[in-house]
Amino acid sequence: MIEVLPAVLINGLLVGGVLALIALGLNIQYGVGRVFNIAHGEFIMLGAFITTTLFTLTGSVKIDPLVSLVISGPFLFLIGFILYRTLFTSLRNRAPSPAAFEGSSLLAAFGLIFVIQNTAILIWGGRTRVYLWPHDFAIPLAGTVFRFSQVIAFALAIAIGVVFYVFVNRSRLGKAIRAAAQDPATAGLMGININMVLALCFGFGALLAGLAGSLISMYSSTSEVMGLGYAIGAIIVMVLGGLGSIPGSFIGGFIIGIIGSVVTYYEPALVIPAYYTLFLILLLVRPQGLLGK
Amino acid sequence: MRILEGRDVTKHFGGLAAVSHVDFHVDQGEIVGLIGPNGAGKTTLFNLISAALPLKSGELRFKGQKLNGLKPHQICKMGVARTFQQTKIFADMPVLQNVLVGAFFGSPNRVSGADAARGANQALEFVGLSAMIATPAKDLTLVNQKRVEVARALATKPELLLLDELMAGLNSTEISEAMELVTRIRDNGITILMVEHVMKAIMGICGRIMVLHHGEKIAEGTCNEISCNKTVIEVYLGGEAHAGS
Amino acid sequence: MDITTFIPRKLWVPGLLLLILIVLATLPLYAGSNRVLFISATTLMYIALAVSWAMFSGPTGYMSLAPAAFFGVGIYTTAILRNELPLGVIIVAAGIVSFIVALLVGLVTLRLKGIYFAIFTFGLVVLIGQLVLYYDIHILGVRGHPVTPTTYEIMYYCMLGLAVATLLAAYFIRRSRLGLALQSIGGNEEAAAHMGVNTTRVKVLTFAISAIFMGAAGAIMGARMVFVDPAATFSVGYSFSPVLMAVFGGMGQLYGPVIGATIFSLLEIWLSGRFPLYYAIIFGIILILVILYLPGGVVGLIPKLRNRLGGVISRLGKGGKAEQHANT
Repeated sequence: MIEVLPAVLINGLLVGGVLALIALGLNIQYGVGRVFNIAHGEFIMLGAFITTTLFTLTGSVKIDPLVSLVISGPFLFLIGFILYRTLFTSLRNRAPSPAAFEGSSLLAAFGLIFVIQNTAILIWGGRTRVYLWPHDFAIPLAGTVFRFSQVIAFALAIAIGVVFYVFVNRSRLGKAIRAAAQDPATAGLMGININMVLALCFGFGALLAGLAGSLISMYSSTSEVMGLGYAIGAIIVMVLGGLGSIPGSFIGGFIIGIIGSVVTYYEPALVIPAYYTLFLILLLVRPQGLLGK
Repeated sequence: MRILEGRDVTKHFGGLAAVSHVDFHVDQGEIVGLIGPNGAGKTTLFNLISAALPLKSGELRFKGQKLNGLKPHQICKMGVARTFQQTKIFADMPVLQNVLVGAFFGSPNRVSGADAARGANQALEFVGLSAMIATPAKDLTLVNQKRVEVARALATKPELLLLDELMAGLNSTEISEAMELVTRIRDNGITILMVEHVMKAIMGICGRIMVLHHGEKIAEGTCNEISCNKTVIEVYLGGEAHAGS
Repeated sequence: MDITTFIPRKLWVPGLLLLILIVLATLPLYAGSNRVLFISATTLMYIALAVSWAMFSGPTGYMSLAPAAFFGVGIYTTAILRNELPLGVIIVAAGIVSFIVALLVGLVTLRLKGIYFAIFTFGLVVLIGQLVLYYDIHILGVRGHPVTPTTYEIMYYCMLGLAVATLLAAYFIRRSRLGLALQSIGGNEEAAAHMGVNTTRVKVLTFAISAIFMGAAGAIMGARMVFVDPAATFSVGYSFSPVLMAVFGGMGQLYGPVIGATIFSLLEIWLSGRFPLYYAIIFGIILILVILYLPGGVVGLIPKLRNRLGGVISRLGKGGKAEQHANT
């Protein structure tokens, strides 16, 4: 095991970076918008399909996956934004209490999973798709071979995370977001357009999921049912890092990525059981996670 | 007999001491008032007693038994009941069902349906809500919702009742009725510790008053002593030291 | 002059129920085809699933996304025990296993805020599915299990028995002090705890009880499956259906999920043949619309209909919850 340890660790970090990005999106949606978007995985899937379609299914006009990020990101942002402005804002206004909103939005997200997933099957036919990125090449390292696409995905995930962190902490909109996350009612009284801010955040979260999906499609396969596994992984990353904590998403992402990588080395089928064991331990010992309140 | 005793009770939220090294006691049969400016730690102290929050350090004893580490439902079964600053009634349930919850579960022993119904109806009669037992709790006026909370707490057959700002939001007549209700509760053998901002009520029915400020107990005594206490006047009562007595 | 003056009001509802039960119990005699039996059995299965889901998630507001996990456990229990034990024992075993799994899940998650419970149950079906798949491939060395199917009659009667048992359990829980405790938790959990309700114990117990019926439903369904493959057995869709049915029907009354289950079971059977993908999308949209615009479900509409249609419906209704508890 020792000989492969560096390779396993590197693989874990690469995967973890993307997981962190996914969890980041989920965290924004829950931490600010108070919606636990279990349909997040479907946004990932949509991002992956947009990129795959633009690269493989548009005849002679092939759009490079990296370029397609410019399309998949904003497209998913729009979907998320519109969903929040219509569905979740309406639920929020009708809910008699924050707890009731949490429950009803969870069920609504559950319904969304089936709507989005089956619509995707309708559009794309339900077959798993893989494509080869022409700019991809092998990187021999630590006794095994990594792909450039994985490295790019990791680098972009980190870059996006850093950009987002800076944005939330320095910009005016970022301040508004933090205020809305802490106390939506008071933030509203301070003149912040709460409905807009919350919807923007939900859109950001969806955007991050879409980008993650596009990146994933570059080195992994794309299928209409891929979302659930990533959603579950992201949930556990969130719990590990702390619900609502942005730095926590990254720490959690790397830890989960490494754990997943180690388990995959021995027995790929037991990755989710391994995650759930960690989940169980967390809930028993420290439910607020590493950086949660 | 000291029915409730607290020694060095401390609770922190992050870096802030909400309750700081408070020693206090309540004797059986008393009506003790707990006053102080907003944020003084009064409701936090209640939450520590009822175990809604865990203690950071210190000790709380009810009839000599340590309360540390117990859960709210266990403390209720021991004989401590409370109402809440923001009424926490079971909104969609009828008034009778609200009180039945207390009647069924407030006792350490299994309560039969007949006994629970009897206890609930007695409690409702005591607070004057017998006519409204089928009304959904959310349809009641504020003062009646507070009555439901009191009846529900009484149905658990407590020996100590914690009232958290019972008078908040009530008009003058309702306050007088509530004062009379609280006195009647004490006359039925239940000790009362009440958090209040309404001075008329505190001065009117409390035998003893404790004053909290920034989590510390800064004064304790009879109504007269408190209303003459310089520190208290500065901190809290302002120029209204003799109002409402 | 209406019928209720001839028959005492108290007997109306039990009488009607008895009539329905007799009709259902004798169905195989005049069903005409196995297909009718299968459709009826499936509908009864969904009734059991929806009612048992509503048993816990209805009053407490804790959203369980776990039905698929317990249902899958039930199917798998039949798959591996079919040749060893009689079906009746298998059904009971499936119920017990589901109870234990639910107990463990509940003990870990129901001490915490509701969101932890929901997200833990969300992935449960995938977790158990993967564990089962691993067990199949690496320990049993098989890929799926062939099952000797039972007859349609037996399956139908088992489902009927299960649906009746589930309804009875739900009914008695509602009327009992457990039901009162559940409602108080849904009303205000902190206040309930302060009134002496051991909220964790109540939640865990009820959740575990509800799982029994889901597991049993799976076990019965598994007996007609011919071939059980873990991937298809543990599918999130089996969590979606009970949720949709219970929410649509309305959880304020016992018969709400029954109405929802009947409507959507028949709808699904009718549509899945013709428009396999569209119906799933439509059902998802319906769930969202119901959550938005009809949170009380069909049952929640009844008080409004009551005013419009006057006496008839109110006399057929089961009466408010106040009556049930005041009769303790």
